[in-house]
Amino acid sequence: MGGFFRIPSDLQHSYLGLVGWHLQEALIPVLFGLLIALPLGQLCARYRWLYAPMLGITTVFYALPSLAFFVVLIDYTGLSDTTVEIPLTVYSLVVLIPAIIDGVRSVPEETNAAATAMGFGPVRRYLQVDLPIAVPAIFAGLRVATVSSISLVSVGALIGNEGALGNLLADANFYHRPILAWSSVVTTAVLAILIDGLLVLLRRLLTPWAVR
Amino acid sequence: MNLLHFVNAFFNDSARWHGADGIPQRLWEHVQYSLMALGIAGAIGLPIGLVTGHTGRGGNVLALLATAARALPSFGLLVLLTILMGLGLTPVMVPLVALAVPPMLVTTYEAVRTVDRSLVDAARGMGMSPLRVLWQVEVPVALPLILSGIRSSAIQIVSTATIAAYVSFGGLGRYIVDGLYQVDYVKVVGGATLVAALALVTLGLFWLAGRVFVSPGVRRQQR
Repeated sequence: MGGFFRIPSDLQHSYLGLVGWHLQEALIPVLFGLLIALPLGQLCARYRWLYAPMLGITTVFYALPSLAFFVVLIDYTGLSDTTVEIPLTVYSLVVLIPAIIDGVRSVPEETNAAATAMGFGPVRRYLQVDLPIAVPAIFAGLRVATVSSISLVSVGALIGNEGALGNLLADANFYHRPILAWSSVVTTAVLAILIDGLLVLLRRLLTPWAVR
Repeated sequence: MNLLHFVNAFFNDSARWHGADGIPQRLWEHVQYSLMALGIAGAIGLPIGLVTGHTGRGGNVLALLATAARALPSFGLLVLLTILMGLGLTPVMVPLVALAVPPMLVTTYEAVRTVDRSLVDAARGMGMSPLRVLWQVEVPVALPLILSGIRSSAIQIVSTATIAAYVSFGGLGRYIVDGLYQVDYVKVVGGATLVAALALVTLGLFWLAGRVFVSPGVRRQQR
């Protein structure tokens, strides 16, 4: 187990440093994805004809292999975290937009009518009625998006040490230290499961009324 | 435009269309890996999804397994298995299958479980055996959703099979990985275009499968 936490110095990071970097590269895209998907999902829920083309466009982007997406972006954003984060943001949209539409549609008509009757304006109704009721569906999407994002960051290692924990994989080959590959895979998987657990916890806190 | 220029240069080079590193050969390899991974994943995910969906039990265990499988980083798994087992098809197939099982499994389970109960009750009342209820009622009604699950698995496989090239396998990823190391952007962009095109063709095939296999009554209901 000696080398599990001992990171070769060429990566210029400690073990915890890599973990932090990995989380940053994985979670920022999901956050941006959510910020983009919320208004888009709302729009699709209101104008139903928008849904099919929107889903089509995001699916086409999803079909682009992450590696190719990274490489093409190098021309524009250089060898930086942004190059990894842009594709991951786009991928997260494919999962998040349908989840948000599901969530918004799961709000019963009567609930909306009641809110309107109580004098809620559209913004207040959205924030205090629609969004909370949509939380379980949104979180279902958020969990899938987050876990795949954490797993995908590693591919960034291929474009030259932009993969955080994934960078350990190349070093495992260079230095013939399989323990580094174990470290990369196990840590990434544990991170994904931990963050997934945190999201489940957060959902429970946000929906205290839900039946368990 | 920059990108289009690359694409043009790639496909207009007639040398690209022949030999072991030619487009037809690489495309065929890619299709082979993808079909094999999809077949294995389907053989695992579909039966389990159908049975658990039919009985309506085990949803929590499935969700847990699916999360665990999703948490495995495909690229890391590929490199780790190659280090442990040497070059071979198994290190390539395991990550692809692990990637493809969760969407199929979870969607199939949900699709079969949420089939209108009154339909299932009617079928039982007509004296159908559980197996016939599954095959003749639940599967046809759930088919659009089941297909969508297989579709997202297939697309993820097609786009992820590119990483097989990193451990010296063939497929369209060869162009991307080789191009990256040779700083040959024409190659990279060409490879990416081919993978994206293959994924789009896959989308189209599933759309077609939906038209052919989903019964017209079920299709009408969906709108």
